[in-house]
Order: sequence, then structure tokens, then C-alpha cells
Amino acid sequence: MSAPRIVYNEGYLDEQTKRVVRRALLKGVAIPGFQVPFASREVPMPRGWGTGGVQVTASVIGPEDTLKVIDQGADDTTNAVSIRAFFEKVAGAASTTRTDQATIIQTRHRIPETPLVENQILVYQVPIPEPLRMLEPRETETRRLHALEEYGLMYVKLYEDIAKYGHIARTYDYPVLVNGRYVMAPSPTPSFDNPKMHQSPALQLFGAGREKRIYAIPPYTDVESLGFEDYPFEPQRFDRPCEICGSTGVYLDEIIIDDRGGAMFACSDTDYCERTAQQRTEQQSTDTKEVTA
Amino acid sequence: MSTPTTENHRPGFAQPVRDAQKVFRAVLKALAGPTAPQRIDVEIHPPAPLGAAAGAIVLALCDDQTPVWLDPALRASGDVVPWISFHTGARFVDHVGEALFVVASPANAPRLAELGQGSDEEPHRSATLILDAQETRGGTTLTASGPGIRDTAEWDGAGLPAGFLLQWQENRALFPRGVDVIVAAGSTVRGLPRTTALISADTTGADTTGTNPDADEKRNS
Repeated sequence: MSAPRIVYNEGYLDEQTKRVVRRALLKGVAIPGFQVPFASREVPMPRGWGTGGVQVTASVIGPEDTLKVIDQGADDTTNAVSIRAFFEKVAGAASTTRTDQATIIQTRHRIPETPLVENQILVYQVPIPEPLRMLEPRETETRRLHALEEYGLMYVKLYEDIAKYGHIARTYDYPVLVNGRYVMAPSPTPSFDNPKMHQSPALQLFGAGREKRIYAIPPYTDVESLGFEDYPFEPQRFDRPCEICGSTGVYLDEIIIDDRGGAMFACSDTDYCERTAQQRTEQQSTDTKEVTA
Repeated sequence: MSTPTTENHRPGFAQPVRDAQKVFRAVLKALAGPTAPQRIDVEIHPPAPLGAAAGAIVLALCDDQTPVWLDPALRASGDVVPWISFHTGARFVDHVGEALFVVASPANAPRLAELGQGSDEEPHRSATLILDAQETRGGTTLTASGPGIRDTAEWDGAGLPAGFLLQWQENRALFPRGVDVIVAAGSTVRGLPRTTALISADTTGADTTGTNPDADEKRNS
């Protein structure tokens, strides 16, 4: 006796759930930066592993899409590989690791180094969507603060950082003001990536599965990282190039390479790193040919 | 409610899952790029007088959780109500203020101020107005700006009801509350989220939307 084959709906979620998510997405796009509550469902992975992003992707993706999934910039980590395989199986979508070929990019905490273009959709997995949560634990209060545009608490927090450390000591999940109205958590992306959100040609969608919130930034929308006139926002900087591809001005990961504390710094965006390294090798080989000729 | 006939029990989407996804993506793109036309590329024949694009959007987005209001002409046809309720299970409301989706032709569109605006804490609970604008031509040049638009965009305002600009300014002033508008014409859809600013290019600044049908016939669909 053979076991019955399990057939999932396209995109895994049932149609009713997709409609709930889709309606939330449309309202999210209409109110940039506002967190729209939605009925978050179970997906075959634990909450905290990107269930919000997966539900957003599942509601958006179609067979004509090409999906890229990154986890801290890498295409080849467990979470990224399994989410990509999941959508190949349940949505029949093609997948890629190349940023320039993807129509949907689901990300955990990075924005690719390759500039995004129009018609691309960037889906963020968000653990804590409420930027004021660590300052005000009550949901009823934070909702009211957003309604009243009362963001004094957040500025006090940033000010206290300056008073204590001499600079704003926040390097990830750095709060942004979207379209001049809502303060929004950009998910724990490094503050290095914050400037890429401003006037991005791509549509940015955010899904928080455990916290049951969806929000969005339409293309070409102002996204300003909070700061003060005398202490403006400073994105992270790296004073060295990637040790694999030699790129500068990219986000670097510190990779421990031996037991004696040795470390190297390399691009966190694996796709960008691979392609830059490849171009470099090709360039070098043509150079050598020219020299020998 | 009504006896099944070939008109009020017309089929919906040929491929419900894929077609709903396609239609949603078109609407998402429309609202994320206000006033730019997006194609709705599905085969669907709703009962008259409901247009194909408007019918497709209703089927893609509505269900038993979304109260729907239809304009008097759509409601009076006798075929549209059973068709929508058969395919979506949506319930119909008499008061336009209670509806999450309002479907109306430009001539019969209610004033935006009558629609659900949401609250300051829950601005997402406002209504979405689907304008079923078949074969209408714009009579003016509108300049749109706001999130989703690189610099500015021009649009002839086809499918907007008369006196819309003034209502739209009032609607926009309510932000974050306010109504979002989807203009469905033929097989294209355009979005007007509450964040979009519309300025009439006429020097008078007067609201002439929809009053001069033959002035500007450029329709980029």
C-alpha cells in the first residue's frame, strides 16, 4: 500500500490566507512604514526562522518569478538554501543566487551590494517589527505613539547613547523615518545598509511572522535614518577591502580561520564577492596575455 | 437569493490560484507605482455591467472577511451580486461606510469622504475604492508625485469621477487615514494610494477631471 502523495497548494498557503496577506500588503504599501496586523499562519519552520518573510513571499510569488534568498548576505547557508528549495517545490518558481537575475529577493538582515532595480521585490524577515518595543513594552501604547507621531522616546534613546558613548551606539536595526511620517524598524540589517533603503527603485516588503505584522516601503520613497543636526546618522564603515575579492565599500564579515585568533575579513554578500573575484581573475588573465603577447 | 442563470453563474478565474496571484501582483505594482498602468492578463468575463479588470480584482482580493458595496447600477443588474457572492463569499452592505471594498463606475462613485477612512491607530482599516472605468477617456493632465513615483508622473486622469481632485486633496490631508483608489479600465489597472499628490496641470488649477472627454486621448495601456 503506497502512502498518498501530499499535494500542497501553490505557494504552500491556502488561498484565504494569501488574500489576508495580500490585503495587508496593499494597505502597507499605501501607508509606508505603518505596521499592518495580519493573521500569521504556521509554515513548516519554527517562528523566528523567517516565517513572516516566507508568508509574504508565498503570497507574492508566481511561476514566472525568480527567487533569491539570502541569510546575512550569504546564499549558501542552511536557512537560505532550505527556503529556496521550499519555494522551488511549492511555488514552481525558478531560483537563483544572482541579485541581478532575481525578481524576488527574500533576505535576512542584508540588502545586496548589487544595486536593486525597478520591478524587483525585496522581502525582509523581521523578528521585532516595532521600533519602540524596547522603550515601551505595551502594544496599546506603541500604537498610540505611532498614531500621534510621538517619537520623543526614540530620540531620547539616541541622545542617551551620545551622552554615554559619544556617538549613537547602534549598528543594526537602526530606526528610520519613512516618508517623513512613521518611524520604522528596518529589521536587524546593519546600519551600513540603511542608506540603500532611501529612494530604492525596488519595492521593499517586511514580514514579521511571530509578531504578526506586515509593512512596506514603496519604490522611490524617502527613508531617513534618525539622527541629530550635530550628531547625524553615520553608517558603519570598513577601512579595509575584502580579502577574497578586494572590493571596498562593502559590508565585511569577520571570519575566524584558525585556533590562534587569526581572522580574515570578507564580503558578507557571497554573490557579489564571487562575481567580483571572477571578474578580477578574468581581468588578470587578459592582462597577462597582453603582456606575453 | 436569485435563481441560477447562465449570466449570474458565469465562471470566475480559469486558473483560480495562478490568476489570483497575477491579478494581485498587478494591483500591488499599481499601488507601488501610482498612476502607471499595469496589465491584468487573465481571461475573465464577469456579468455586465461589471468590467473584466474590476471583476478580476474583486475575485482576487475579496472574501467573507471583506464587506463589499456596489454602486446602484451594479447592484440593480441582478447578475453581479450573485456572481461575486458565489465566487468569493463576500457579503454586501447597504451603507458605503461599512465596506472594505467599494466597487463603482466613475459616474456612480460615492464621495470619498463617505467611505471608511480608518482611524489614526488603525489606518489600514480604511476602504479601497475600485473604480470600474470601462472605455473612459481622461480630459485633463494630472501631475502625480509621492512614494512610488520617481520625481513626477503625468496621467490623463481617465476613469476618475467628476470633482475628484478636490475630494482627493481632502482625502490626502487625512493621512495616515484615507481611502486608496484602484482604477480598473479595460485590462489595465492603476493605483492611487492615499500618499499620492495629484495636481491639475491646468493653469486655472480648477478641477476639470472627466468633463472634457475629447481633449486628451493618449492612453498608454
